[in-house]
Amino acid sequence: MTEPKPAEKPEPDDTAPVTPAPETAPERPAEEPADQERRPGFGSLFLRYVTTANTVMVTLYSFLLAMVIGAVLIIVSDPAVRGTFTYFFSRPTDALSASWTAVSDAYAGLFAGAIVNFTTLAEFQAGEATIGRLLSPISETLTYAAPLILAGLAVGLAFQAGLFNIGAQGQVIMGTVGAALIGFGLHLPAYLHLPLALLGGAIAGGLFGAIPGVLKAWSGAHEVITSIMLNYVALSALGWIITNEFVKDPDPNKQYAISKPADESSLLPRLAGMLGIDAPGLRANLGIIVAIAAAALVAWLLAKSTLGFRMRAVGLNAHASRTAGMSVPNTYITSMGGAGALAGLAGATLVLGISPHALTHGVAGEVGFDGITVALLGRAKPWGVVAAGLLFGALRAGANTMQSTLPLDMVTLLQALIVIFIAAPALVKAMLHLKVPAGGLATTTAKGW
Amino acid sequence: MRTVRGKRMAAIGVTGAVALFVAACGEAPDSANEGGDAVAKDFKACMVTDTGGVEDRSFNASAWQGMNAAVEAEPAVEVHVKESGSEADYETNLTGFINEGCDLIVAVGGLMGEALTTVAADYPDQRFAIVDAYLPDSPNVFSMEFNTAQSSFLAGYLAAGHSKTGKVATYGGLKIPPVTIFMDGFAEGVAYYNETKDADVEVLGWNPETQNGSFADSFEDSGKGKSLTENFVSQGADIIFPVAGKTGMGTPTVTQGDDALDSIWVDLDGCESAAEYCEEFLTTSEKNIPDAVSEAILAARDGGPTDGHTVGTLENGGVSLSTLREDIDPELAAEIETVKEAIISGDIEIKSEVQPVAS
Repeated sequence: MTEPKPAEKPEPDDTAPVTPAPETAPERPAEEPADQERRPGFGSLFLRYVTTANTVMVTLYSFLLAMVIGAVLIIVSDPAVRGTFTYFFSRPTDALSASWTAVSDAYAGLFAGAIVNFTTLAEFQAGEATIGRLLSPISETLTYAAPLILAGLAVGLAFQAGLFNIGAQGQVIMGTVGAALIGFGLHLPAYLHLPLALLGGAIAGGLFGAIPGVLKAWSGAHEVITSIMLNYVALSALGWIITNEFVKDPDPNKQYAISKPADESSLLPRLAGMLGIDAPGLRANLGIIVAIAAAALVAWLLAKSTLGFRMRAVGLNAHASRTAGMSVPNTYITSMGGAGALAGLAGATLVLGISPHALTHGVAGEVGFDGITVALLGRAKPWGVVAAGLLFGALRAGANTMQSTLPLDMVTLLQALIVIFIAAPALVKAMLHLKVPAGGLATTTAKGW
Repeated sequence: MRTVRGKRMAAIGVTGAVALFVAACGEAPDSANEGGDAVAKDFKACMVTDTGGVEDRSFNASAWQGMNAAVEAEPAVEVHVKESGSEADYETNLTGFINEGCDLIVAVGGLMGEALTTVAADYPDQRFAIVDAYLPDSPNVFSMEFNTAQSSFLAGYLAAGHSKTGKVATYGGLKIPPVTIFMDGFAEGVAYYNETKDADVEVLGWNPETQNGSFADSFEDSGKGKSLTENFVSQGADIIFPVAGKTGMGTPTVTQGDDALDSIWVDLDGCESAAEYCEEFLTTSEKNIPDAVSEAILAARDGGPTDGHTVGTLENGGVSLSTLREDIDPELAAEIETVKEAIISGDIEIKSEVQPVAS
């Protein structure tokens, strides 16, 4: 996360390269002197765009490169396919077709498990499959995407203010606690209970997230260090809370550590039920709507509000912001608090949206850490985060349904590769011989390192 | 300089190419004779692991062993497995297997109980089974539980009788009932030895009255297991009983260095699951998940009842001590047999409150 030129102007505002790249490209005569006189046509503009290491293309190429490396690993890790390579020279067709089958099965399976399975579609049209089975891949994708988007927004919002929020995991955990306590502690009608439980999660996460902000504002303690450590605090606190008399499920048949389940009235209703589809397996819930609404709110906040302007200004240059009369410490606190609230909301959608609707040691999974990769892939932009969250949600859903053709760890690996390439645009540029865009290569980084 | 490096790179490249070429020069097999005489499969048993994954050398691994044992006993059974990366995956893995047309779906781990209750209610015609939980309200779920306090009682008695220093120790992965039940049984076994032999063997790491003790807070951190073990050894303990999955692997690495130190393993026979440390284990407090799972599959295939509840005990062999190490005093071994009979007959009552109760 080192940033050698901390105050480099074009870097943080990386919406810019999307449009200016083709516009400014013709101004560089060295590359295509022949085109200098007349306006370049769509074809050459397009070609130039896709061969330049701008933000959009680097993101896309990162994904494709990760898929290619993933394909190599699929081939290498499959003993049957590896076996066919031992006689490659006497019958190469075996090795090639086995490799092709392994890779295409895996990626087709990923698609079928995440978006739509064409076999099921055909069966559905023939009346042999239920609508539940047909929609289940997309429903799973949306289920996994909701908390990922919210956690991604939590990390992305902090990035905008120049802060690196590694503590999203801890804030998610606190969010699950806040939502669950209101979920089973209060007994209210649904129209009150659900919003209150969501709010409880957001407030718990927000307060916990504000701690690193306060520490940074008052004492200069680095938010990366403090927020990493607070992840452990949150996890241990969760362990203590679950075994607490008031929280633990009193059912003698539940021998394991689990809290009381949240009331029915506090749960996020399932989309299938709201749309009148009768299919018990479809567990996509209102959480995805909450996530998209949160993204819209963050987008508005950053683009239109004074608070968002202040956050971005401090993110760009804290010294200049201070000179301009903004309170940098207060901005740190509100940014981290807002980020924590978003992560807390992610925790709330986990408890209120996904069975067992209760606290356990693993209730937050790795959502907070995955949020960091989602934010990086989404370039810390709200709508970019939504897209990245949907993509990672799709990868998770696809891998779950397709475990027979694709090992579960493959998805973690693809995610890791994508992040490595995105964090190192120079690597992608070098591997694919891309041109440097006007304004230089852009990475998403926090200030202060 | 540059040319030397270039030549070296070329040499490496050529060597690599030759190696690959030679490796790829094998004979192509005859593709005509494939398939063989496979048995027609008529029963599809599917297992969903908890977050440990199928290769955890412990809990999930033993359930998977049971699945494969069922195939061995009845070749018409086919088995499949889905691993859960997080708790959010439980429900999707269960419904995924329903969509794949499984005849019996085995959920491994008590934490899956909640997800299974929901799914089982949504699909009343689907057969399920669960390990380490009891779902009395789900008529289509077969429950398997294990009273490991009984086997651990014997392990505690053995440890107390074998200890030279008069101090034995135990520690857990997490303070949750499936772990503390082992520790309860162990401590009670030591207390029983003290009572009958008028001895004064002390248990470090667990107090069954206050339910407090030593925990690693992890099932994966063998470094933590090692430091806990070293700590106990420095306090004078010579037999250590870890109930902590992979974390427990830290214990035999310590006892290996000193002949006076020993360990007792849990779940799966340590001489098989951690064979490299077989010499360190006096015995294993076994939880016979493989047999239970295998029997559940075969019973379901034969059209047995869809619900049901088994509790593994010393009596039915669901829990047991594995074969004792050779150097155990035969007299002590004989006493353990007597204690075992007394537990089965009910003459010895184990007090642990977290024991599963047969219904």
